[in-house]
Amino acid sequence: MNTAIEFRDVTKTFKGANYSAVDHVSLTVNEGEFVTILGSSGCGKTTLLKMINRLYEPDSGSIILFGEDIATVDVVKVRRRIGYVIQQIGLFPHYTVGENIATVPKLLGWDKAKIALRVDELLDLVGLEPKEFRDRYPAQLSGGQQQRIGLARALAIDPKIMLMDEPFGAIDSITREKLQDELLTLHREMGKTILFVTHDIEEAFKLGDRVIIMNEGKILQFDTPEAIIRQPADPFVQSLVDSAKVKEAFWREYL
Amino acid sequence: MIAYASRYYDKLLSATLEHLEIVVITLLISLALAAVLTVACSYSKTLSRFLLNLFSMIYSIPSLALLALLIPVTGLGRKTAIVALVIYNQYLLLRNFLAGLDGVDRGVVEAATGMGMTHMQLLWKVQVPLAKGALIAGLRIALVSTVGIATIAASINAGGLGSILFDGLRTMNVAKILWGSLLSAVLAILIDRLLLLVERRGSKRHSL
Repeated sequence: MNTAIEFRDVTKTFKGANYSAVDHVSLTVNEGEFVTILGSSGCGKTTLLKMINRLYEPDSGSIILFGEDIATVDVVKVRRRIGYVIQQIGLFPHYTVGENIATVPKLLGWDKAKIALRVDELLDLVGLEPKEFRDRYPAQLSGGQQQRIGLARALAIDPKIMLMDEPFGAIDSITREKLQDELLTLHREMGKTILFVTHDIEEAFKLGDRVIIMNEGKILQFDTPEAIIRQPADPFVQSLVDSAKVKEAFWREYL
Repeated sequence: MIAYASRYYDKLLSATLEHLEIVVITLLISLALAAVLTVACSYSKTLSRFLLNLFSMIYSIPSLALLALLIPVTGLGRKTAIVALVIYNQYLLLRNFLAGLDGVDRGVVEAATGMGMTHMQLLWKVQVPLAKGALIAGLRIALVSTVGIATIAASINAGGLGSILFDGLRTMNVAKILWGSLLSAVLAILIDRLLLLVERRGSKRHSL
């Protein structure tokens, strides 16, 4: 199996902080894997993610994408190879849905016909009728629809790697469930390598082929959901799994 | 007062046009300079802090004093007036421009950066269009202030409506004083309204 993403002893400390946001992390993600990163706020999971598209630069260590050290590649080029979806979505309010999706293809100078075709294809892919949505503005869409566009925009030039930073964090739970299922289907069909940050344990275990559990900048466990549930590697992981079980028990009382 | 206007309407008209000319030239130079400085400041927080402090210091100098300070450098007349007005405007424009760009939604900026826009693409395709309201608001303030301060520039022979005003003050001619101030006020209000219209039209499109 090909290695898509590799961290080699990566450390990042923010100015003025007396601990490392990411602390000597080494890990390997295979091509086509769906990996979720789970941890509470401030554990370094977003920092870990943002170093991959160089929104943050590591203080030491190196990050390798498909055999290439990203520190040696032009930062704009690195980012254009990676799809990026964030919780705030960040659609451009002055662009229509179609123009939003077409952003990167336009930057790359695709011709108009090809872009139009791609926009419609992507809208279909994320389950929105092209004719109806193409010319709307983001403010005319619901939160769930906006994040579908965010996803379509990130997929526009068919990147091999997708980084998703709590993409469904601000979306109501019914829509979130649906989006999770659709993302799983998309992943099965397209075989992209996905890194997905979340603080929701159910989401992490449902989506991830493997789950990274982080605390205080360190990776506590990086394994399949089953292995983590069966054999928590450390008391923190144990407490996470327990908290999910308590929640489960709460619902069972009412069923 | 009406009698004065009907006798000297050509004088009033030419003074108004002269005034407008100073304002327009000042505006064009100010805008060009402020645009360059804003782009430079978007690259460096240190530069941005330095320039804002510098211009706010200069802005606090009373206009008569600043004009007097500039006379040894650029002489009497319109050139000096325009230089002074451009310097004053830099504070108003730069401050509003930078605040406007800074006020653009962080999520939008992060998404744009993350998808691989260069600094200039981020600026021109995202930040400037989204900050348009704030940019035009800054422009309006600068224009109104220019119309006002330009009257004082008549004290160093720059011409314009200020010359009528100062003539009136010297000769105690109330009609002249009133016409000078009235016309410059009307000019300021008209220009302000005009830009307000532009601002409204610009912001209407995506608000729904």
